[in-house]
Amino acid sequence: MRGVRARQRWIRTPGQQLFALMLLAVLVLGLVVAGLSWVSGRSDVVGGVDPRTGTVTLSLADEPPQLDSSMTADQISSFILGHVEEGLLRFDQNNHLAPGVAERWEIGATGATFWLRDTAKWSDGQPVTAHDFVFAWRNAVDPKSASEYANIMFGIKNAEAISAGKLPITALGVQAVNDRELRVEFAYPVPYFAQLTAFNVFYPIREDFYRATGGRYASSADTLLYNGPFRMTLWVHGAHIRLEKNPHYWDRDQISLNVLDFPYFTSDPSARINLFRDGKIAMTEIGQENLEEAQLQGWKINSFMDGSLFYVEFNHRPGRLTRNRNLRKAIQYALDPAELVNRVIKIPGYLPGRSLFPMWLDGVHGKFRAEYPVEEITPDPAKARHYLDLAKKELGLTVLPPLILLTGDTTLAQKEAEYYQETLRRTLGLEVRIDNQIFKQRLAKMLAGDFDMVSAGWGPDYSDPLTFGDLFTSDNGNNRGEYRNPALDRLVQIARTSTDPRTRMDAFGKIQQIIVDDAVIVSGYERARLYVIDPVVTGMVRRVTGPDPDWTRARITSAVSR
Amino acid sequence: MLRYTLTRLLQGVITIWFIATATFVAMHAVPGDPLSGAKAMTTDMRHNLEVKYGLDKPVGQQYLIYMNNLAHGDLGISFTQKNRSVNDIIREHFPVSAALGILAIVFAALGGILFGALTALYRNKWPDTVIMLMVILGISVPSFVFAAFAQLAVVKLNSAFGISLLPVAGWGTVKHMILPALVLGLGTMAYLTRLMRSSMLEIVNADFIRTAKAKGLPATRIFTRHQLRNAILPVITVLGPAIAAITTGSFVVELVFAIPGLGRYFVQAVQQLDYTVIMGTTVFFGAFLVLMVIIVDLLYGLIDPRVRVN
Repeated sequence: MRGVRARQRWIRTPGQQLFALMLLAVLVLGLVVAGLSWVSGRSDVVGGVDPRTGTVTLSLADEPPQLDSSMTADQISSFILGHVEEGLLRFDQNNHLAPGVAERWEIGATGATFWLRDTAKWSDGQPVTAHDFVFAWRNAVDPKSASEYANIMFGIKNAEAISAGKLPITALGVQAVNDRELRVEFAYPVPYFAQLTAFNVFYPIREDFYRATGGRYASSADTLLYNGPFRMTLWVHGAHIRLEKNPHYWDRDQISLNVLDFPYFTSDPSARINLFRDGKIAMTEIGQENLEEAQLQGWKINSFMDGSLFYVEFNHRPGRLTRNRNLRKAIQYALDPAELVNRVIKIPGYLPGRSLFPMWLDGVHGKFRAEYPVEEITPDPAKARHYLDLAKKELGLTVLPPLILLTGDTTLAQKEAEYYQETLRRTLGLEVRIDNQIFKQRLAKMLAGDFDMVSAGWGPDYSDPLTFGDLFTSDNGNNRGEYRNPALDRLVQIARTSTDPRTRMDAFGKIQQIIVDDAVIVSGYERARLYVIDPVVTGMVRRVTGPDPDWTRARITSAVSR
Repeated sequence: MLRYTLTRLLQGVITIWFIATATFVAMHAVPGDPLSGAKAMTTDMRHNLEVKYGLDKPVGQQYLIYMNNLAHGDLGISFTQKNRSVNDIIREHFPVSAALGILAIVFAALGGILFGALTALYRNKWPDTVIMLMVILGISVPSFVFAAFAQLAVVKLNSAFGISLLPVAGWGTVKHMILPALVLGLGTMAYLTRLMRSSMLEIVNADFIRTAKAKGLPATRIFTRHQLRNAILPVITVLGPAIAAITTGSFVVELVFAIPGLGRYFVQAVQQLDYTVIMGTTVFFGAFLVLMVIIVDLLYGLIDPRVRVN
């Protein structure tokens, strides 16, 4: 009992004892933290912009899933690759094509020739040769590598047959005449081939290095070789990527930044806003959900049209109500893209969709849409009802069954769908059922034709009207509504094979008219991206095609950060 | 004891086999296609992909191949994270979730037990009222709300003090762990507090406490040796599954705080129908959970002599 009494001298009641235990708990917690700190190590992440070391820190929405340039199909990977690799050509600060690895080139109707510069080097100091392009391009069409972008190569002779396993990969129409000269044979004229060579699938890959990685190519920072302005020096999966200036890059004198650091991988918009507010990252995108907060902060909000078009696509399969042209015309005259953009979406910069071809596309001399103005559909309830009556007569129905509108699971997609639902109910008395699906399941339903209307969108692969123009041909797998029109197919064939700009643009002008006349789709909007950027960084370029945003030639202008 | 342990382990293996099979069946029954992307593919390209991932074979054969590989510890290659094996994904990202989870669980367990004991000790007095109010908040408010609030609070604090007290997000140092661990552990702590309180109150009226009092033991000794030790038992029971749940990662907390844990992969894999990652993470999570339950059962014997098995 003496021991107990001795202890009781400083702990008299259970309450006091509990307090002592709490102190002990805090101590234990402290020890655990200290132990974990010993395990976890240190990181040297600096602020958003560090003029002293020439570092710009940014966040990534996600881990890049695929850095093998011949296989990449997603935006994050092509963004990273655009900073560490370079193709024959590249886009410059004004979004014009500029020499990359190739110092000059000739593109004709049957083929192209590229002459490579002597100074183009890999990050291990070895020269970039024509053989590196041949290897990469063969890899992209190889059925064994199953690249999702193989079809962008189909303009090259035999590419399609190789991808189908009918010819060996050596039959591909690309050949290294010597180390410095690359010759390409076309399957059909490819007037936009110069632009394609700036695309990541066309980047070079060096065969000996690729083989040495033993099937693990591009899975870590040291299993990838770099010929671009930066090289990757750190890649902690899911956590941290660091790009540093590549000392072997031929145009290194034009590269001002030393480090592009990505220590934060999160797709949560408010987390990114918080990081920006805290000065930890130099730039972030602003969505509808945090636009108000960004305005409250007094930040300068930049807007950029990303070149993509969003629309309602009809199901043209036999047996579907929406196969009836008059029903589609009725819906076309009922919906108002301007109202959708100004009243529903309410994000500055968005443009009402009027045509299949967005505003930014070039025509013969100027902008395509200026040279070939689209026939604008003014919303007209009376006309819409007239078309609906015609449709009902043709279909032999007095009341139409509900139409299914397939859409995505984002807030914006939901709002958009509700706008369509309400407008069609009000103007035409049509019942629309909204079918919200996650991405993969929406795709599955689109492929199966399990919809009447679907909210869809398209972003460009290259900056030629053809990237939109061939969307609704019979042979295009992205034509999920299965619209069939031999006249449109013929026009696309002209645009694909002609080398005369005027002939091609005339064809696109006619395609534009067919899409409106036949109400193949109802255009919704052209998307804008809003972003804020630390004003001390200049020279960051936003691109419609190619790696976006492009920081390669950005610089830090003032020594004082924010 | 050894026999008991072995039996439990065998049962565990059967459970895991069942989990793997059920997941496999459910995964293939979900509409959608793991190979589909935003851009259309020709039938040839599609076929090439199917061959690459072994999806060209009948589902039954796919199942046998998968189970065979699983038995050899090979979880396959991710569909979306190209060139990365699922084993690598788990090996690299589980420790991150585990480190965060350990801190969260230590925080939750210590807090839960102490606050629970405190509320029981001061039943119906103000500490009880205040703490129980917090507990209701902690249980009912979802973690993404806490995460967003905590992050915003740190931004405000940092800008108020003009220095970086705590990082807003990211991973790498202990400073990065504190905030997410607090957020992650909060729900469990609230739950444990409530559990501890009711279990303490139950025991106050138990016969052995009355006996101890009758023997004239000091209040402090009764409190620690008899009351606390007995009341902790139910807490230990739920701690096992709670550890498994917390250390395998939380999607929301990892997303908001940009933490490279396993939780994100688990949820994203389901959204993207990444078959191998869904299977790998589910089987891993299942195995971990089963193991924790077994450990807790064995631990029980150490704490409570009544349930000791010969």
